[in-house]
Order: sequence, then C-alpha cells, then structure tokens
Amino acid sequence: MATVYNGEVPTPSLMGFTIPLTAALGGFFGLIAGQSTGLGGLLGIASGAVAGAVIAYVLISFLSYKIGRLATIIVVGLIGVSLGGPLGLVVGLSAGAILGWCAYWLHLGRYRASLPPYATSGQVLWHNTFKFICGCIFFFLIAPIITIIPLSFNAQDFFTFTPEMLALDPAGYSLKHYQDFFTNDDWLRPMKNSLIIAPFATIISVSLGTLAAIGLSQSHVPFRRAIMAILISPMIVPLIISATGMFFFYSQMGLWMEEYLNLSKSLTGYIKVILAHAALGIPFVIITVTATLVGFDNSLTRAAANMGATPTVTFFKVQMPLILPGVISGALFAFITSFDEVVVVLFVGAAAQKTLPWQMFTGLREQISPTILAVATILVIVSIGLLATVELLRRRSERLRGLSPN
Amino acid sequence: MKTTTTLLATTAMTLAGTSAFADAHMADSMTIVSWGGAYSASQQGAYHDPYMANTGITIINDESSSEAVAKLRAMNEAGNVTWDLVDVEAADAIRLCDEGLALEIDHDEMLAAGADGSTASDDFGDSIISDCFIPQIVFSTTVGYRTDMVGDTPPTEICAIFDTDTYPGKRALAKKPLANVEWALLCDGVAKADIYEVLATEEGQAQAFAKLDTIKDDVIWWSAGAETPQLLADGEVVMGSTFNGRLFSAIAEQDQPIGMLWDAQMLDYDGWIVPAGLSDDRLARVMDYLTFATDTQRLADQAKYISYGPARASSAPLVGDHGELGIPMAEHMPTDPANSKNVFVTQYEFWADYRDDLDAKFQAWLAQ
Repeated sequence: MATVYNGEVPTPSLMGFTIPLTAALGGFFGLIAGQSTGLGGLLGIASGAVAGAVIAYVLISFLSYKIGRLATIIVVGLIGVSLGGPLGLVVGLSAGAILGWCAYWLHLGRYRASLPPYATSGQVLWHNTFKFICGCIFFFLIAPIITIIPLSFNAQDFFTFTPEMLALDPAGYSLKHYQDFFTNDDWLRPMKNSLIIAPFATIISVSLGTLAAIGLSQSHVPFRRAIMAILISPMIVPLIISATGMFFFYSQMGLWMEEYLNLSKSLTGYIKVILAHAALGIPFVIITVTATLVGFDNSLTRAAANMGATPTVTFFKVQMPLILPGVISGALFAFITSFDEVVVVLFVGAAAQKTLPWQMFTGLREQISPTILAVATILVIVSIGLLATVELLRRRSERLRGLSPN
Repeated sequence: MKTTTTLLATTAMTLAGTSAFADAHMADSMTIVSWGGAYSASQQGAYHDPYMANTGITIINDESSSEAVAKLRAMNEAGNVTWDLVDVEAADAIRLCDEGLALEIDHDEMLAAGADGSTASDDFGDSIISDCFIPQIVFSTTVGYRTDMVGDTPPTEICAIFDTDTYPGKRALAKKPLANVEWALLCDGVAKADIYEVLATEEGQAQAFAKLDTIKDDVIWWSAGAETPQLLADGEVVMGSTFNGRLFSAIAEQDQPIGMLWDAQMLDYDGWIVPAGLSDDRLARVMDYLTFATDTQRLADQAKYISYGPARASSAPLVGDHGELGIPMAEHMPTDPANSKNVFVTQYEFWADYRDDLDAKFQAWLAQ
C-alpha cells in the first residue's frame, strides 16, 4: 500500500477490504451460533458471513459511528434472543458490539493508527496478529480463573453449569455457598487459622530475610554465594521433601517445647507451622530485597555514619526507606506463600491448625463442594484488592518522593 | 494402663452410653480422624455432639483418613502421635494392627453390650475382622446411572457396565482392582461362588483383565468417592461405581437424575482404631468415648444422617427416618434384605494375600 504521508490514514477499500473481513468475523460468530443451537455449522457460517457483510455495508454507507454501533448491538442482540433465549441475548449483544466495532475499526483505518505511516501491509498485518496472539495468551492465563466465578453461584452442590444457569434463570443461581462459607465452622476455623499463621510467618520471614539480604550484599562477607544458595534452597528443593524433613524436625521440637517450656499443645502447633512457613517465605524476601539493594548507593550509609548516626539509626532512617518497595513485595510473596501453602501444613500441622488451603484440599477430595469455589472467588478478589492497594501506595510514595518518571 | 482401661470400661458399662462424668484422669480434648464431608457430619450429629454435650470436652475433627496409614506410621516414627481415634476401612485396620500401630481391643470388655442383651462381640458378629477394629458401619461400592441417558430400559444388573451396546457412553470405575475384577469375572460367566478361587490363579486374573479390556476405552478412572457423583451430575458418564451413601446423597438430597443398582454390591466395613502409644489420660478418654459412640442407639442414630448400615445387629430395628428429608432410611441401607439379594462381602484374607500383586498388575494394565 504505497501512500504518501499527509497526516491522514487512507480509507481502505470498502468492497475489497472492510466488507470481506467483517463478513469473515460474522462467519466465525455464525459458526459458534450454528453449532450451539443445532442449526449446523455450515448454515451458521453462511448466514453469519452474509450478516457481517450487510452490517459493514449499512454502517459505513448510511450511519454515523454512534448510531451504527448501537444499532448493530440491538439487531444482533435480537437475533441472539430469537436463537438462544436469555443466554443468546448476552452472546448476541457482545457479538454485535464486536462486529460494529470491527467494521469501523477497519473502515476508519484504526488498525494501523498506532503504527508509523510508512509501515508496509505485511508489518501492519503482523502488528495486529501479534496483538491477537497476546490476547489469546491473556485468555489462556485468565479463563480458568474466571470460570470459577459464575460456578460459585451455582444453586446445586456440583461443579456443573446446570441448564438453568445456562438459560440465565435466576433459580439456577444462589448465594448459598457464600452463606455456607460465612456460617459454617468447618470453613471459619481454617480461615481464622490462616489469618493467624500467615501474618506471623510473614513478619518472621521479612525480618530475617531483610537482614540476610543486607548482610549478603556486603562485599566482605565470606562464602556469600554458598550462604545465599543455602538460604534460597527451600524455594528450589521440592516442597514434599522439605515437608518430610520438617515433619520430623518439628515433631521433636514440639515435644521439647511442650515438655520443657510447658507450652500448650495448640500453641506449639501454631509455632511449628509459623516457623515452617517462615522458612519457606525467607527466600522470596532475600531475592526481592537483594534486587533493590543492587541500586542502593553505599556512600549514603557512610555519609550517615560521618554525621554521627549509629548503624541502627542509619538502617531505619536511610537504608530502609529506600529498599522498602523490595521489602514490601517480598512480604507479599511471603504472605501468599504461607496463605497458599498446603503440603507443609499437612505434614507439620495438626487438625487444630488446619488452614484454608488444607480445608479446600480435603473439601475437593472428599466432597466436591462449590463452597470451595465461593472461597476461591473471595480469595481472588482479596488478592486483586491487596495487590492494587500496594501498587497504589507504591506509586503514591514515589510521587511524594519525586521518584516517579512522570 | 491396663488397669485404668479395665476400671474405666467397667464404669462405662454401668453407665452404658447414657452419660460419662468428667474425670480428672481423662484428657479434656480429643482429635478424631475421619473422612470429612457428609460422613464426618453424620458422626458429628450422632456421636460427637451428644458426647460433647454430656462431658463438656472438645472434639477436634481431622479429615485425614485417606492417608491415615502413612501418617500414623510417620507419627509413630517421630514419637508424636497427635490423633486419639482414627476412622479407617477394614483393610487398613488389618494393616495397622499387623504393624502394631493400632491398639488391640477386648470388644466384650471395653464396649457396651447390645440393647438386646447380646455381648458386644456377638452383636458386631462378622464385622470384627481384626482384634484392633471397632466396627461402625457397613457400606457398599455399587453402581449409579443417569436415568435420562439409559433410554427406556434402565440397567437392573451389574453386567450393564460391560454392555456398551445397550448403554453407550463413558463409565466411571475405581482406580483399583477391588470390585472391578470381581464384577469382570462375574460378567464373564464365572459362577459367583468360584470367583475368588479363579482370581487366585494367573489365568483367572488374565481373564478378568481381558474382560475389563473390552470397556477400557470407555472408562474414566476415579480415585476419590466424590468424583463419580460429580461426573454423573455433569452427564459426563452414563454410569459409574461409587459408595452407596454418595449415590443416596446425589439422588435423595441433591435431587439429581440418577438411579442406582444394588446388584452385586461390594459390602465393606468401616470403623475405629485406637492408635498405639497414647498416654493414660488420653486413652481413658478415648475408651470412654468409644463405649458411648458404638452403643446400639448411637450406631442406629448415625443412619439418620447418611445411608450406611450400622455394624451392630441390634441397631438395625432402631434405624429411623432421615434427619431432614424425613424419609425412612431402612430401605436405603445396603444391608436391607431387599437390597442385599446379591452381594459380595469383601474377602479380607484373599485381598491381604493378593492385594499387592493385583494392584501392581492393575496399574501395569492401566498404563498399557
């Protein structure tokens, strides 16, 4: 497509470009509709392609952008209702939105808007294919997690999309699994245990991991690499091996604590699990803090010392604020490691220390209960909230300290 | 230790399952290991809740029965047994008893007599398959099918599993030889009385695997009892084997389009073992609990919550209605005369001798 750059993207040919491509997309939607309604794939492709072509022609020749988009959504939505009821409506509305968007996207030349004007057709094609592949990878990563969310509102006690759910019948949905989670002691106790164990394990991991990382970043420490390798080993050794070793180690330790320190059985149980989880979390903290220490200017500590600050004051006033992002992300990893962990707690913990993942694991094996999905949905939302908060806080502090590139 | 238990058993006998008193020599909490899910819930309702109300102690549930043997071995080696009472299948009880990990029980001395006056060992009868085993329930492995996927002729007998012409579609079978090999031989024309004799020979085993070969492509193998009801509810399989209580729950409580067969059901026992090496106060508590929880009325009560048959003969007449649905439970028991016309009773001696060998062959056959 040899064109002279004049600040405008050239309008592509309607008959030779926009209509055939929109028709192809329409054919694809038609195939899905034909297969799922039982009308047959070929009939679906043919009618979908015709619909796509007509839509592209009508939109571009007669309608403005806003009206065109709206009209497509309504028309295709109506086709969806007539074919597949309420679920068809949802599918139709989305297909209409995509078709209308696609027709204008092609016609107005937006598909090459982000590319320099001298890009060849091949480069434009590759650019958009690349975006498409990225979208597919994103879908591949996220789809399994998204699936559990609607299933957690299932009115039945199975991991199944029931016919009522597919017809978007309200009777097919219910909040009973959420209710079960918030009222059933079998779930509340593990939740409480997880919320006790994970924060304590995180505090220990962060304190020890940060100290280790700072020590290991000093050039005069002998055998740095060997020590680092040993400290990181819990991350590399298969978990089941660590768990077996920890089982025997902490059994003896627990007996000793009960006998000589006179601690109660339940308290020793928690201490054992917290220490085991802290050991698993330390490598994450070491790695993230070491990474931030690489950019840390050691002359700052010397300057602080020069002005009379003790090493402790220097650490908390100078070094800590600068490596805080690394410490926080290490803490997050350590928290999630403990909160997610099922193998070690199965070995080290007793029933009184049953954590949420342990309960989910037994729940999945003994009775496939959608309460697990409700819990999973809540956890996904909490994780998203947690990560978003931390990211916002980090940006805010960067802005305040004038570190932001913007 | 012996004197404590005897003393305690005597006291408990006099109180015979009505109430136990708080005793300074008994631990005030106990960890009971069971299977989880509806089964643990039935024990909670029938045994734990009343016992806790009577005595004021705490019972902690650990749902680790599926790995009980391995964990008990590890706890024993580490010298730190944290469990007080473990619910296991009969075959596991035999293994644990042989390894010395479970305590031997004098059933007549330590457990309550039957409500009809029979001694405990007479009342439990054949279900005491090991000196360490305190039977609780009779359950069976049997077959459920999708009522809307079998046409107008729902299956009535076990060989429907192998009849892929009449009942096309996938089947769910357990990923272990038990039950599968017996059904295979039965449906290959071996007389029921001769099955274990045939299965003891190389040719007999080959015959069973050859029969299983005919449906191998149509089988989804399960390892947890919850999988078959899920697959049936999804319509992924047309029929599948699982435990009768799971099928009852899917049919009666969850209202799924599922039917079930009682033909050639494989009966088995489930019950308690007491881990060896408990301290005196914990052992005293466990024995007090056991006397209460395995008496005639308590075993009958469990059937209110789940469709497994009580192991005591004297409990059968006391089985009442389902706790929530109000339907009579007796007819849903695997031991009900109408359901037990054609049953296999798991042959523990045979399986003790051939289990390892058949397991290995079965896994090798699966991998082919």
